[in-house]
Amino acid sequence: MDAIILQILNGLDKGSAYALIALGLTLIFGTLGVVNFAHGALFMIGAFCAVTLSRLLNSSYTVIDETKTDFLGNPLKVDMPYVIDWFGPEFGAGLIDWAVPLSILFAIPIMILIGVIMERGLIKHFYARPHADQILVTFGLAIVLQEIIKYYYGANPIPTPAPEAFKGSFDFGQLIGLEVNQIIYPYWRLVYFAFAAVVIGSVFAFLQFTTFGMVVRAGMADRETVQLLGINIDRRFTIMFGIAAAVAGLAGVMYAPITSPNYHMGMDFLVLSFVVVVVGGMGSLPGAVLAGFLLGILESFASMGAVIDLLPGINQIIIYLVAIVILLTRPRGLMGRKGVMEE
Amino acid sequence: MLGLGKKDAVLLGIVAALTILAPFIFNPFPVNSAMAQFNAGYPDLLQRFVIFGIFAIGYNLLFGLTGYLSFGHAAFLGVGSYAAVWMFKLLSMNVLPAIVLSVIAAGLFAVIIGYISLRRSGIYFAILTLAFAQMTYALAYSVLTPITGGETGLQLALNDPRILGAGPSPDGNLPVPSLFGLEMSDSVQLSMGDWLFTFSAGYYFSALVMLVAFYMAIRIFRSPFGMMLRAIKSNQQRMNYTGLNARPYTLMAFVISGMYAGLAGGLMASMDPLAGAERMYWTASGEVVLMTILGGVGTLIGPVLGAGLIKYMENIISKINADILHGWFAFMPDGLEDFIVAIIYPFIGKGWHLTLGIIFMAVVIFLPGGLVEGGQRIARLFRRRKTNAGGTDDTGSSSSNDPAE
Repeated sequence: MDAIILQILNGLDKGSAYALIALGLTLIFGTLGVVNFAHGALFMIGAFCAVTLSRLLNSSYTVIDETKTDFLGNPLKVDMPYVIDWFGPEFGAGLIDWAVPLSILFAIPIMILIGVIMERGLIKHFYARPHADQILVTFGLAIVLQEIIKYYYGANPIPTPAPEAFKGSFDFGQLIGLEVNQIIYPYWRLVYFAFAAVVIGSVFAFLQFTTFGMVVRAGMADRETVQLLGINIDRRFTIMFGIAAAVAGLAGVMYAPITSPNYHMGMDFLVLSFVVVVVGGMGSLPGAVLAGFLLGILESFASMGAVIDLLPGINQIIIYLVAIVILLTRPRGLMGRKGVMEE
Repeated sequence: MLGLGKKDAVLLGIVAALTILAPFIFNPFPVNSAMAQFNAGYPDLLQRFVIFGIFAIGYNLLFGLTGYLSFGHAAFLGVGSYAAVWMFKLLSMNVLPAIVLSVIAAGLFAVIIGYISLRRSGIYFAILTLAFAQMTYALAYSVLTPITGGETGLQLALNDPRILGAGPSPDGNLPVPSLFGLEMSDSVQLSMGDWLFTFSAGYYFSALVMLVAFYMAIRIFRSPFGMMLRAIKSNQQRMNYTGLNARPYTLMAFVISGMYAGLAGGLMASMDPLAGAERMYWTASGEVVLMTILGGVGTLIGPVLGAGLIKYMENIISKINADILHGWFAFMPDGLEDFIVAIIYPFIGKGWHLTLGIIFMAVVIFLPGGLVEGGQRIARLFRRRKTNAGGTDDTGSSSSNDPAE
């Protein structure tokens, strides 16, 4: 029992990331009909938003601290971050500590801007071209984006810690009445899951309960009719592209403490997210979320010791295996809509 | 000639001449000149040109003719390499059986994957092939380590039970792959004045294989089978309505193109007898897509051009560094020099992928037909100018001629 709960918990954080990226991919596909291979790069850029903000907050000038001396007896030079100077030691240090959660505020406008520029500047011109061309041009864009990040931030992973309050682990087993030390779970992963749930919930609520969302849903169902009603659906879809980019970016921001961001993390997630989208069903938002969590949890079950003893190597291939089986038995994916991308 | 039309025979002749003279053509600068780093005449790079040329020609037979975008072709290349290295370990160091086995192994593997993947098309086909290739890659790294050598890769060892032929040479070195005694690493150097040309046995062997592969690709392009594949690309539904089952044809194309990839993998292992799983990673599959698109999808010569261009850039651009740039722009005033170097710097050296990505995007956006289409546009421009100068209005010829198709 505790082993099963542990595996489900372990699957949640990866599953959350898959679900968030797949949600964005599906939003773009469902609204604009574009297969966006650069979505992993957006996830990566989000993670680097966190890196950038934490670097900005840590930017400092050197002061000479008269009260202390170094080992030669000279007055010690200390780096003084500007924020501590401006806001006082307590609040300033708190700002630095909370760099990653603060990056959410910083990342949302940036990611929406990047998304809108991408859609208006490049992808707009590819609506009439075949899906293969869309895949290829966004694949090229992904290479370019990732190389730009590599040029400015280097090729090495950059550790970006979570706030002090969320470091370490807690005993989840005790909370639900199991014995002590049965299920130890890091705080930040729980935060990540909760965050993902909030983001997914707000995207759905936005689509379901606002007029804007209603128009977008109508446009997804029948673009032409919506246009005939005199609504500028293109502009709304552009904004949806920006929102999808922001969702991917937020997934990246909060993932930074789990894996130190490096320039190719997007590509690693992209392939899996595509598998997730296809398993969930092209164009189905609930399908993408469901498949994301499902595959994340399956992956973590497959890496249990007992399973690996039985089927060696299964943890490496389980996602692909599931994808192949689902694609061959349920061509539309788990929750795919009729008539979307059925060739 | 050889059952080819006149235009195709000329094309094959040009390619043959280019590959045979490649050690001269790619070596235009004297050894000690400042431009020597643009020389690509050394055997390693030339071999890579032709081997990736074969890979791209094969990929084009699938993607160019049928329109099925496979994102997992590197798996066949990897399987071919492993098969060839096992042949070196178990049978003999002769490259012929190794290459034959690698083609067969990759072909069989392609039958299995193609049979399953081709049940879907479009993006689903791309994802399926990608999934299979990633599975192969993951398994080669983990469970299949006894067969694939895992992370270290599959290498020759001193105690290989080779049935035919040589064990370790007397001084304890590993034997090298050879063709009936002609070692693949043999080379002859020719020094002419300031120029130094290298002729390598391995390169010429690969080039010969590539010419055969190219010839076969032309024949496939011109055959009724090739016509059928193009029909599938343009409208599969209509094919089905005429009562024709398209899947055997697409499967055949998939297997042939997998065999080409296996051939390339076998050759790669013959030039350097080791095989690693990283050859099967999905970025390697992406690379062959880049080559084919860059050169020109669905054209004969395009994939070879694309493979050559990418491998050339990978080797040459990545070698340029800031000092060399400063050397080139030394004639400018200091401030301007630094400024220009600072602008160009991100695109060279380790940043060559950025250059590649930008060129690739530009090609997809502006030149969907790749370099071949670019060449045709330029040729058309000149032709039009000539006809204008002659005062005759000849519109018919400008659209019909198409050297590569």
